[in-house]
Amino acid sequence: MPGMYRDRLKKHKLSFQRRVQLVSAVLVNGYAIGFAKGRIFTGGTKAVCVPVLNCYSCPGALGACPIGSLQAALGSAGHRFPFYVLGLLMLFGVVLGRLVCGLLCPLGLLQDLLHKIPVPKLRVPRKIDRPLRWLKYIVLLVTVVLLPAFAVTDTGVNPPYFCKYICPAGTLGGGVPLLLTNPSLRALAGELFSWKALVLAAIVAACVFIPRAFCRYLCPLGAFYSLFNRFGFYQMKLDKSKCIGCKKCEESCPMGVEVTKDINSVECIRCGKCKEVCPKGAVTPVYPLSDSTSKKQKL
Amino acid sequence: MKNKGILAARYGLLALGVLFIAVGLLRREHIEVLQKAVMICLECIGIG
Repeated sequence: MPGMYRDRLKKHKLSFQRRVQLVSAVLVNGYAIGFAKGRIFTGGTKAVCVPVLNCYSCPGALGACPIGSLQAALGSAGHRFPFYVLGLLMLFGVVLGRLVCGLLCPLGLLQDLLHKIPVPKLRVPRKIDRPLRWLKYIVLLVTVVLLPAFAVTDTGVNPPYFCKYICPAGTLGGGVPLLLTNPSLRALAGELFSWKALVLAAIVAACVFIPRAFCRYLCPLGAFYSLFNRFGFYQMKLDKSKCIGCKKCEESCPMGVEVTKDINSVECIRCGKCKEVCPKGAVTPVYPLSDSTSKKQKL
Repeated sequence: MKNKGILAARYGLLALGVLFIAVGLLRREHIEVLQKAVMICLECIGIG
């Protein structure tokens, strides 16, 4: 009987990925009072961008959103080159790459949980899936860089187009809690909020049927980090001498990466699912100093 | 050869990132980030 109980506990034990995702979501949104009082954090830590897509208007947010900050910098009065935000993004990109998407992003956690809803899942045909993946680069270039930098409205401001019309993190993390707790903001909600709620609903629905649909097709931050996947410090390695070609890794990959062909694909979010399911231990993460370790082992 | 290229790109990008942050800090761009982040962004939450 105690054995049965232990087995059940073991079965429901949170994975490493899930534990890291939960800790990260709490750390990034640690200002709990904000949710209760309907106001946002105004401390000095907001001068630093967090590596994840997390709206700075979320009542719990302790840091700044890198995508929001990038748009604000590009649309600012002087149109100065955004050294600070871009530098931080490059640093996160080189050191962590898309590990941010797989382990740290609260929106990634939400997508993983949504995909656990037991309904029949959709397998997007390759012909549609591959071209659609380019959409996130278009979103990055057009709505995060070009429009905020050059498209000025009649009132003379450059709105953050991605945040304004697409970002589900802003609607879910900022809009919904603030409107629920702040009557004066609720009174201002109109057509734009309806549009953003519709976009959020569509993304949520897509994520129930398609794993990581937002990461795959729309996220501009994931698109930026993907550029660093092949150069980053954190890499994945497939030991071809151990691989038996069972393809379990590819079946389990939420991003549809062809692990046996291109393990460090720009789409790999370093979630570690391939490593978890490999029966031969052929998939391993490679850290910056692990090369010297393997040399020692050979000796 | 390929590995050397990857290593060069890795450390080159790392150095460039750090340099950009330093230049940004000297230009006080972090203050602009702070000023934006401590106010409710009406566009972000779907109001303005």
